[in-house]
Amino acid sequence: MMQSNSYIGSEVERVEDARLLLGQGNFVGDLSCEGVLHAAILRSSVAHGYLKAIDCSAVRACPGVRVVVTAAEIGPTIPTVPLRQDPIPTTAPYEQPVIANGKVRYVGEPIAVVIADTAQIAEDALEFFKLDIDPLPAVVGAEPQHAASALFFETTNSNVSVRLEGVKGKVSDAFARADYRRRERFTVQRHTAIPMETRGLLARWEGDKLTVWGGAKVPFAIRRLLARHLNRSEQDITIIESDIGGGFGVRGEYYPEDFLVPFCARMVGRPVKWIEDRREHLLATAHAREVECELEIACRSDGVILALRGIADVDMGAYIRTNAVTPPRNIAQVVSGPYRVSNVHMDVALVMTNKTPVGTYRGPGRFEVDFFRERLFDMAAADLGIDRVQFRRINLVSSAEMPYPLPTVMPLHSESECDSGDYSRTLERCLSEFDWPTKTKSDGKLIEGEYHGVALGCYIESGGSGPQENARLAIEVDGTVSVVVGSTAVGQGLETTMAQIAADALELPFEKIRVFHGSTNLLRQGFGTYGSRSIVMGGSAVWTAAAELKKAMAAAAARKLGCSPSEVRLLEGRLVGLKGQSIELGEIAGVAAEGSFGSDKRTYSYGTHAAHVSVDSKTGRVRVLDYVAVEDVGRIVNPAGLHGQTIGAIVQGLGGSLLEHLIYDESGQLLTASFADYLLPTMSDFPNIRAFAMQEHRAPNNPLGAKGGGEGGIIPVGGVIANAVASALRSLGAQPVALPLSPPRVWKLMEDGRSASARSPATAQ
Amino acid sequence: MRTTFNLNRKSVEAEPEPRTTLADCLRDELRHTGTHIGCEHGVCGACTVLVDGAAVRSCLMLAVQADGCDVETVEGLAENGALSVLQKAFRKHHALQCGFCTPGFLMTAHGLLLREPFAGPDRIRDVLAGSLCRCTGYIPILEAVLDAQQAYQQTRKSMP
Amino acid sequence: MKAPPFDYACPRSLSEAIGLLAAANGEARIIAGGQSLLPLLAFRLASPSLLVDIRKVPDLRAIRAGYDGVVLGARVTWSDIESSADIKRWHPLLHSAVAHVAHYQIRNRGTVGGSLAHADPAAELLGVAVACGAEIETSGSSGRRLIKMDDLLLDALSTCLGPDEIIVSVALPPWLPERRWAFEEFSRRAGDFALAGVAIHYDVDEVDRVRDARIAVIGACNRPHRLREAEAFLNGKVAGAQVAAEAAKIGSNVIEPPSDIHAPAEYRRALLAALIERGLSQAATRLPLGA
Repeated sequence: MMQSNSYIGSEVERVEDARLLLGQGNFVGDLSCEGVLHAAILRSSVAHGYLKAIDCSAVRACPGVRVVVTAAEIGPTIPTVPLRQDPIPTTAPYEQPVIANGKVRYVGEPIAVVIADTAQIAEDALEFFKLDIDPLPAVVGAEPQHAASALFFETTNSNVSVRLEGVKGKVSDAFARADYRRRERFTVQRHTAIPMETRGLLARWEGDKLTVWGGAKVPFAIRRLLARHLNRSEQDITIIESDIGGGFGVRGEYYPEDFLVPFCARMVGRPVKWIEDRREHLLATAHAREVECELEIACRSDGVILALRGIADVDMGAYIRTNAVTPPRNIAQVVSGPYRVSNVHMDVALVMTNKTPVGTYRGPGRFEVDFFRERLFDMAAADLGIDRVQFRRINLVSSAEMPYPLPTVMPLHSESECDSGDYSRTLERCLSEFDWPTKTKSDGKLIEGEYHGVALGCYIESGGSGPQENARLAIEVDGTVSVVVGSTAVGQGLETTMAQIAADALELPFEKIRVFHGSTNLLRQGFGTYGSRSIVMGGSAVWTAAAELKKAMAAAAARKLGCSPSEVRLLEGRLVGLKGQSIELGEIAGVAAEGSFGSDKRTYSYGTHAAHVSVDSKTGRVRVLDYVAVEDVGRIVNPAGLHGQTIGAIVQGLGGSLLEHLIYDESGQLLTASFADYLLPTMSDFPNIRAFAMQEHRAPNNPLGAKGGGEGGIIPVGGVIANAVASALRSLGAQPVALPLSPPRVWKLMEDGRSASARSPATAQ
Repeated sequence: MRTTFNLNRKSVEAEPEPRTTLADCLRDELRHTGTHIGCEHGVCGACTVLVDGAAVRSCLMLAVQADGCDVETVEGLAENGALSVLQKAFRKHHALQCGFCTPGFLMTAHGLLLREPFAGPDRIRDVLAGSLCRCTGYIPILEAVLDAQQAYQQTRKSMP
Repeated sequence: MKAPPFDYACPRSLSEAIGLLAAANGEARIIAGGQSLLPLLAFRLASPSLLVDIRKVPDLRAIRAGYDGVVLGARVTWSDIESSADIKRWHPLLHSAVAHVAHYQIRNRGTVGGSLAHADPAAELLGVAVACGAEIETSGSSGRRLIKMDDLLLDALSTCLGPDEIIVSVALPPWLPERRWAFEEFSRRAGDFALAGVAIHYDVDEVDRVRDARIAVIGACNRPHRLREAEAFLNGKVAGAQVAAEAAKIGSNVIEPPSDIHAPAEYRRALLAALIERGLSQAATRLPLGA
C-alpha cells in the first residue's frame, strides 16, 4: 500500500461542526417521541432530617398528573449506586439510594418524581406535596471535629467514611535530617464543571426492551448497572448517546435519575422525558474540589526536596458517588507532580457532609493538590533564598529517570509511574514564550495603583485511563469505512480525531471514514470517555483494528483480483491487483475487523504555565495580563482540537481560581443556586491566554505514542495564579492560601498586611 | 393563546400558554430546536434569537410578546442550505466544541454585525461577554467573528 | 424553571391598562421588557394572576433631550438611550451609566420604567436619577401624579407605587454644559450587578470651587441615595486629590452597606471609598461639553 497520509497532526476541520452550526444538533432536550410524558423531581429543601411521611394525595389530584413515585412505589429495597471507579468495599454504606428513603441528607436529594402531560404541569404539581421531615443538625464543615455533632450514617460511627494513604519511601527519616521544613494549611473551594447543557434523559419501553437517550461518557457501564437495578438483562437495554453539551467529568455517571426516569416510564407505560433545569443542576449534578490540606515540605539548604507529607480532608458531600474516590486518590498520588520527591506520605480523609455529593471534575484532585504543592514551593524557595525557577529546575524529574514511580495509594493498591518526557523542555519553552526575564522586572512592584506579580508552575497530567477500549471497522457498500468505537463524545471532536487516525492507518482519504460512537447497540462492549483516554485508548483501539482490517481487505480483494494478498495495493481509493485490474472498495463490503487496546499504564502529559497578574491596590481585583501554557502530549492528532481543549481548560481553571464558588450556609442551604451567583468566566474576563503544544516524547505504551491531553490545561492554574498574587503582594507580606482569590479576599489579605506593617514598621518588607 | 409572527421570514402561528417563553415555544411547538436553553433566567445567552433585528434572550420573552414580530433563529442563518460566512468562520477557527452555546453566539454576533458592521474588537468582545461558553475559552469565538466581519462590512457598503 | 401559570392581557391604551390592574386587586403585574420580571417568575419568587403587557400602549417610548432637560418615556430601552446622539450630547452622565447595564441582549429589551419600578439597589439608572433629582410621572386610577426620586424608593425592591399605578415617564433636570461628572461602578464581571457604584456630578465657580455637588450611591446600600455629608464637604472646595480622598472617607463612613455572599460590608465600604475617589478624579479631569 503506497500512499502515506498525515491526517494525524493536521488541523482537519471538524466533521461535527456543520450540523451543530446549522442548529441541527440532537441534544437530548431536542428529542421527542410519540406519547411522551414529562418528569419533574421533588428535591429536599432540608439538608439533613428524618423523612417521616410523604403525602402525595394533592399531587395525584392535579389535572394532567399521571403518576407519582416515591420510595414506597419502588419497593422494600431501594437500589443504591455503587462505585464504578477506584472501588473500595468500605464505601458501601455511603452509596446513594436512588431515592430518599427514610432520611434526607442533602438539599437537592430526590424525594419523589411526578410524571405529567407537560413539563409545566409536572413542575406546578411539586408545590402540592406535603412532607413530614424532622430536621437534624447539618454537617457542613469538612473538619473531622464536626463529625461529633451529627453522625448521619447510623450504621457507621464516623462521618469520615474512608481514609486513603499515599506512600513512598520513608518521610520520617527525611524530615529528621532536613535542613529546612515548612508546614502550611491550604484550602480549595467547592466548585464544579457546569457544562452549558444540563442533564436529561428520555426513556422508552417497547415490551420488555428499554431504550434510553441522553447517555454519555460511560454508556456501557450505565447499561450494566441499570440492568441490575431493573432486574433485566443487558441485552434488553440500549443506551443511545445524543449530542452532548459538555461533560468535564460530571455528566454521564450513574445518577439517581438514571434509574428513576426509566422506572417511571415502566410504571406509567409511556415514554418519559426529563430535562434538568439550571437550578436543579447546581443542586444535583456532582460538585467537586472542596479540599483542605495541611502540607509539609522538607528540603536541603540547597533547595533539593527530601520529602512531602500532608493530611487532606476531602469534602465528599452526603454520599460517595460512582467516581468520587478518584479525586482523593489523585491527591494522595500526585502531590509530588513532576518533581523528584523520594519520600511522600499523604493521609487523605473522605469526609461526609450534608451537601451535594461530589464527583470528578476535569483534573480531579490534581488541580487541588497542584495548588497546595506549588504554593508551598514558592514559600520554601523564598525562605531558602533560592530563585523560584531554579528551585523547580533542580527538582524536576529528568528524562533519564523515566519511568519514575509515584506514591502507591492504599488500600487501592494503586500504582503509577511517569512514563516518558523531559519536563525541563516545557519549562524552558514556557519561560521563553512568556519572556520571564522581562516580566519579572515588574514583579512585586506597585505601578499606577496596581501590584504586579508573575509566577510559574509545572505539572503532570495523567491520561489514557484503562482498562481498555474497543473498536470495530467495516467496509460499507458505498465504499466508506465505518469506524465504531466505544469512546463517547463530550464535545471534544471525537468523530474527527478517530477519522484522522483511521484514515492514516488505512491510508484512505479522510472523507471515506464515518465514525460512530458510544451507543451500546453498536459494539458488544465499550468503556467510554473519562481520564483523558479517548485518543490513547479509543484511538489505539481504532489503530489496532485498522491493522486487522487492512489484512482482511487484502485477503478479500486478493480473492476478487486473483492474486495473493501481499500483491494487493491501494491506489486512489481502489484496490489494485498485480496485473493492474482494480475494484472499488464497496465491492468488498462487509469485510470487517475488530480491535481493542488495553493497558493499566497511564500516560503522563506534562507542562509548565506562567502568569503575569496585576492586583488593584484598592479593590483587590486580580487581572490576568498574560497567561502562557506549554504542554507536551506525546503526539498531537488534531492541533486545533488540542489547542481548543487547552484554552478552554485554562479558562475553567481561571474561573476556579478567581470567580467560581458553591457557597453553603450553616444549615446546608446552597446560596449560589443560579448563574447570577455562581460566576462563570465570560469573554471579557480572560482575553490574554497563549497556549503552545510540543510532541517531543512519545508515549511508550500505546501504538499511537499519544498521551491524553484534555485536562492538562486546568491542573496548574490555581497554583500559578495564587503564586502570582502572592508575588505581587509580597511587599505587604500577603500569603494567599485559599481559593478563590475573589476581590474581597484579596483586599482582606492586603488590609491585613497593611495593618501588620503599621503595627510593626520595623518588620515591614 | 394565539400568537402569530414571522419565523425566519415565514409566517407561523402558535398556541402557547401565556407563560410559555419564546424559547420554549420555538423549540417545542414550532420544532425549531436550534435555539438552546441553558439557564432559563437570562444569563447564559444560549437562547439568543433576533426579534425585529435585535438580539434578545428568548427565555426572557413570552411567546405571546412576539406576536407581530420578525423572529430569526439559527435555522435561518444558512444561505440556501449552505453555511453562512459567519458559520464558516466558526468552523475555520474551531470556535465550537460541544456546540451547545453556539447558536446563541451566532445570533448575537449576527445581530450585532448587522447593526454595527464596523464595531471594534472591544465592542464585539463586550457584546459577546453576555453569552457563556464552557468549552472553548472564548478566544477562537472572537477570532471567528472578527474574521466574518468583513463580509458584513461589504454588505453594508454595497447597500444604497 | 417554568413560570407559574398566569393570564395575559395586551391593552391598547393607558386607561385600559390601569383598569386591568385595578380589577385584579393587586394580583396583576405590568410587563414591559420583562428582563427583571421573567427571572423572578422562573424562580417562582412571584406568582401574579395576570400580566398586563404595555407594549401596545402608545406614547410611552419617546425620548426628549435638550437644554431644558431629558424626558424618557417608560418604555424607552437601554439600547434606545445608548444609540441616542441627543442623550449623549445632553446628558453624558446618563449615557455613560447605561453602558454598564447588564448585557447587550438585556439592553435591547429592558426599560427605564421597569428599572424604576423594580428598584434594584444596584441599578445604574437609579443612581443617576437620585443624583440628578429626577421626577417620575405616573398614571393610576386616582389620576396622574409626580413623584420625586427620593420618595419613590422605599427599600430594596420596594417603591411607593400603588398596585394600579403605571410609570409614564421620568424627567431629569437640565444638564449644565460646564458640569463635571463621573459614573463608576465595580462588579465581579462586566455586566454583573454592581457591588458598589457612584453617580457624581458637580458644577464649578469661576475659581474652580465645587458647587452643588451630587454623589449618589448604588449597590452598597439598600436604597440608592445621595451622600449629603460628602457633598457638603465638597461644596466650596477645589476638588483636588486630597479633598477627593477625604470626601471618599466621609461618604463611605456614613453608609450601612449590606453583607452577602459576594462581599462583606467592610469590603463594600472600602470599595465605595475607592469609587468615590476615582469618580472625583475622573470628574475633575473631564472636559466639559463643547470644550
